[in-house]
Amino acid sequence: MSGYFRVRYADDFALVDTRAQKAWLAAFVLLLAIYPFLANALWLDLANQVLLSAIGALALMLLTGYAGQISLGHAGLLAAGAFTTGILFKELQASIWVTLPASAAVGAALGFLFGLPSLRLRGLYLAVSTLALHFIVIFAGGEYETKRGYSTGIVIESPITSSLGWYFVLLLAAAATLLFALNLLRTRTGRAWRAIHGREAVAEALGISVQRAKLSAFVISSTLTAISGCLFAYYRGFVSAEAFSLYLTIQYVAMIIIGGMGSLLGALLGTVFVVLFPYVIDAAMKLVGASDRLASVIFAVNYAAFGLVMILFLVFEPQGLVGLWRRAQNWFLLWPFKQRPLSK
Amino acid sequence: MQLAVNILVLASIYALICCGYVLIYRVSRVLSLAHGELMMLGAYGLYATAALFKGHPLIGVAAALALALLVGVAVYAALMWRMTGESVLAAVLATIALGILLRGAMILMFGTQTQYPLRDLGWVNASVPIGSARISSAGLGLIIATVLSYGGLFVFLKSTRWGIRMRAAGQHPLLAAQRGIGLHGVYALAWGLATLTGGMAGMLIACDAGLEGTLVIIGLKAFPAALVGGLDSLLGALIGSLVVASAEVMLIYYVDPLLSDVVPFVVLLAMLAVRPWGLFGTREELDRV
Repeated sequence: MSGYFRVRYADDFALVDTRAQKAWLAAFVLLLAIYPFLANALWLDLANQVLLSAIGALALMLLTGYAGQISLGHAGLLAAGAFTTGILFKELQASIWVTLPASAAVGAALGFLFGLPSLRLRGLYLAVSTLALHFIVIFAGGEYETKRGYSTGIVIESPITSSLGWYFVLLLAAAATLLFALNLLRTRTGRAWRAIHGREAVAEALGISVQRAKLSAFVISSTLTAISGCLFAYYRGFVSAEAFSLYLTIQYVAMIIIGGMGSLLGALLGTVFVVLFPYVIDAAMKLVGASDRLASVIFAVNYAAFGLVMILFLVFEPQGLVGLWRRAQNWFLLWPFKQRPLSK
Repeated sequence: MQLAVNILVLASIYALICCGYVLIYRVSRVLSLAHGELMMLGAYGLYATAALFKGHPLIGVAAALALALLVGVAVYAALMWRMTGESVLAAVLATIALGILLRGAMILMFGTQTQYPLRDLGWVNASVPIGSARISSAGLGLIIATVLSYGGLFVFLKSTRWGIRMRAAGQHPLLAAQRGIGLHGVYALAWGLATLTGGMAGMLIACDAGLEGTLVIIGLKAFPAALVGGLDSLLGALIGSLVVASAEVMLIYYVDPLLSDVVPFVVLLAMLAVRPWGLFGTREELDRV
């Protein structure tokens, strides 16, 4: 028998349905498993960075891409997780089994706080209020640093020391986040988020508590983000307020824009793009032989190129990398036709 | 007395920057988060023209102002017109991306060291006594520039043809377009004027304290003032600047100088909680769930 038919209700719930998809997924997992043994130190570090950022990007995607709530406070939430970890480590010598849940709890509490303005404000005003909260969190972190005399930053000892160990921990964390997000979006909460994204009044008429949906979006997204911040603190072994500038928020927002709004795959693709971007620029400059001349201002080249790429995506491909991917997919699916047939 | 003078100078800095935010928002409902960078670009414009027209400082200043106006129009013509009618998020993100692009480009062009355009113009930033207090002449220039810009803008919006077109476009773009008002022209002019006033603020701050990267942060800190006053009201921007500046100066003076970076945002949050549309703004759609 050829063709794919859903004959049991369980098939409707499966995340991967066809045999080909299962095979591809198995191959991909295998590739991820052997990757660290093939990669050199730099590539392993890059993979770790991608996996670490992916957690934060998925969290932001849930909030902005699915629930439609604009947040410019993402770096503040990452900072909250990282600082909770740093402070607990410094003051109480707490282990990761204490700091991780504590960071998550702080993230949830802050998410509630960040979410409160969303009950009255929308669009621009909401973005601005989260931006203001970002500055307040960063200020509080900076205050702690200066008051306790760690003005250059807090040094943290990580329980995981090898890059290889980090790779598998982060892979597990990112995969768990992805699985959590995939499943969450199919539950009542996830569907409620999409409904309030579509139109709040209609969502409310359908019996969705808009208030609860918005707050839950903020709380869940912030919890994940704070966990990512906690892992970030351990991975870097160092927490300082300067690391969580507005530019970091912009990078995360760029991840979901460049990846493609409203798609978890987009969040992952965007993360890979944004994390690898500076290294690609660096390599490109080496290639044209300009790296010596511009060595002192390499970050400025990065800024300019990053801004330009973001503008190009916003103007020419608002659907992001996922949009490009879907277009390519459609091209093959419809071949030899250019468009879907008008009548069926 | 010195405290009052400090408040006045800071308020006029904020007010001069704010009118850019307000103009763009009022006319095209776009929040420009690249305003800080555009302001800095204006200041670098002065730095460049001061070197170009050595010995003729007035020509240099005039050229820098004209340049700022042109840059604003160019930003609209090159990028922002594509964002007309897009979602709020897309437009704001476009300005953020533009900001990053400009910041990188400026460092590449002008380097990272602090510049002193006032010295290049051949002027001195003398200190002027007022009663028991002192004010730098650049500070005095800031106050005068603010008064002139706001006066000019009020007259422009009230009684000139382009000003009326601008208000119409802000009130109801569709209706305005159907009455034959060229929206792109009006929006471009709004961006031009916003960059002009912002650039003016940038130039004067650069004259006072030197031209460096922190200018962008001042630009961002001015934004709460615009929102406190009401994002679409020029009068509100003036009052909002006064409120935010006095809160900031008082808290720095009586509590802790480190607070300076965060006070405007605390005021902003307080305002958002109580009256999100600001003191003088028009009430917009709010959620009451």
